[in-house]
Amino acid sequence: MASPYDLLQSWLTRQLTDQGREWLGATLAKVAQPGDDKALYVALGLVPRKLGKADLALGSEELEAAAAARPGWDPRGWSVDQAARVLLLLGAAEVEPERFPDLLDTLCATADVGELVAIYRGLPLYPRPDSLVTRAAEGARSNMRALFEAVAHRNPFPREQFAELAWNHMVLKALFIGSTLYPIQGLEERANRNLARMLRDFAHERWSAGRPVSPELWRCVAPYAEGEALDDLAKALEMDAAGGARGAALALAANGGADARKVLARAPELAGAIESGRLSWETLSKETG
Amino acid sequence: MMFIDPHIHMLARTTNDYEAMAAAGVVAVIEPAFWVGQPRTHVGTYIDYLSTIVGWERFRAGQFGIRHYCTVGLNSKEANNEALAEGVMEILPRFAVKEGVVAIGEIGYDEQTELEDRYLRKQLELAKELDMLVQIHTPHRDKKRGTSRTMDVCEEHGLDPSKVVIDHNNEETVQEVLDRGYWAAFTIYPKTKMGSERMVEIARHYGSDRMMVDSSADWGVSDPLSVPKTAHLMLKRGIPEADVHRLCYGNALDAYGQSGQIAEADWTNPPEIDQRTLYEGNSVLRGQAPRVDSDGSGPERHADLERLSPDELGVEN
Repeated sequence: MASPYDLLQSWLTRQLTDQGREWLGATLAKVAQPGDDKALYVALGLVPRKLGKADLALGSEELEAAAAARPGWDPRGWSVDQAARVLLLLGAAEVEPERFPDLLDTLCATADVGELVAIYRGLPLYPRPDSLVTRAAEGARSNMRALFEAVAHRNPFPREQFAELAWNHMVLKALFIGSTLYPIQGLEERANRNLARMLRDFAHERWSAGRPVSPELWRCVAPYAEGEALDDLAKALEMDAAGGARGAALALAANGGADARKVLARAPELAGAIESGRLSWETLSKETG
Repeated sequence: MMFIDPHIHMLARTTNDYEAMAAAGVVAVIEPAFWVGQPRTHVGTYIDYLSTIVGWERFRAGQFGIRHYCTVGLNSKEANNEALAEGVMEILPRFAVKEGVVAIGEIGYDEQTELEDRYLRKQLELAKELDMLVQIHTPHRDKKRGTSRTMDVCEEHGLDPSKVVIDHNNEETVQEVLDRGYWAAFTIYPKTKMGSERMVEIARHYGSDRMMVDSSADWGVSDPLSVPKTAHLMLKRGIPEADVHRLCYGNALDAYGQSGQIAEADWTNPPEIDQRTLYEGNSVLRGQAPRVDSDGSGPERHADLERLSPDELGVEN
């Protein structure tokens, strides 16, 4: 099976001009020399100047190959410069995998935004993932939405590596900054009681302030739809016609317990839409995304 | 009308400024690396500063639909701290090839000390080695001689004047700068440097070839709307629109466009990856709904500059 390195290289080879291909080939050879960090710094910086920033052309076949090479790897929305930067990093990582986490920290200290987005998107592909958790959490803490989403969206790294606190803050922050939950991998698997409580508190804050609550919020509350949480879902179902109601209905349906089903029965139209597949977290994400 | 402010320190400005600039038609800004009002004492803070102007500030500007570029360099004031200067020279090449870095700058003289001279020359050599443009800060004091001397040094190091922008010009320096083939920039500043009215007279006298207007707005008394205000004043005073366009947009694009790092398409037709992640774009140009925040309220719009009187447009003390 092709490795992520091979895949990135073949996708780029297909899309680059002769000149671009030549530069990338020579540069990959250069960064594969041990002990020359400067070559890597300069190469990473030069990528958009040399190769441009076109979208990486990927069809379903390429996406399948990606997921087969590395489960969870989802390069949708990557650009040529990002793919080339990650490829260069993988080349450098191969030389001295032990040193890679330190190298990544040093690179991040002087990286521009484009470089940072690429570095974080590449997280699932690097060696020693357990040593990169602090770096990834730093990206998720960023005030730059593009960086936050590079870590949080279409990336299996957080689901696999983040401890509960970091995970919970990533999910809450996505809603807080008006981003979306749908592209986050592992929402069901990583659901937990603390997160459900944090999200409900956040919904209360927004209700008190008279501001809308994202319907997606209820997705992570679904497994804990009992007691006060069930009351919140009932409230969202009733008062939050703007969108929250649909999220609450989906959460109640997902919970599937007798109490949850009883509440859902108050909104037969939504229940029907869910039943028929017209309403799902995916259809909802197309509106909020 | 679209404007470029080719010299402004956005790091020191507020979100209101960004909104007002976007509303007034500013589509792109260039942020020169300079000091921050007080001297830095560690190379580490300098690294973070450069990292901020190539990263965070670029992102921040993009949220307001303004494209942000920068120049990187060791400024003349801090060149006088030798230990700091040596450290900065070591890390400078790492920042010089970042995306959106259009020149080595702003570099030049402050008091024309020996150390300032040494690091100016080293950076001119670096620009030559990396085939980059240079943005020159001319000194506030002993300006005329300092400006001539800077150009002498550029030529001594074999730089092509067409790849050097000399900034902070005034009536006393402009003739020589243009005669020697350099780009001449004018900083419209409320208290010192140039005022809008004086700029109108310069445009009348010298036309618009190889000249550009900037605000140099920073943490001091300064006006981030200097470029659009001066443009409107020039129009009101009868300067032809084509000249105003060149002075407040086209020439900055031509001069810094030589770097390959700034192009009109960056804001009229940005790459898709930037539209998705880094640039909120211009609603007029891209036919999208105006930017509103999550509460549904739009940005505060600046007063329509067309309606301001020459008095209100004049950025003078």
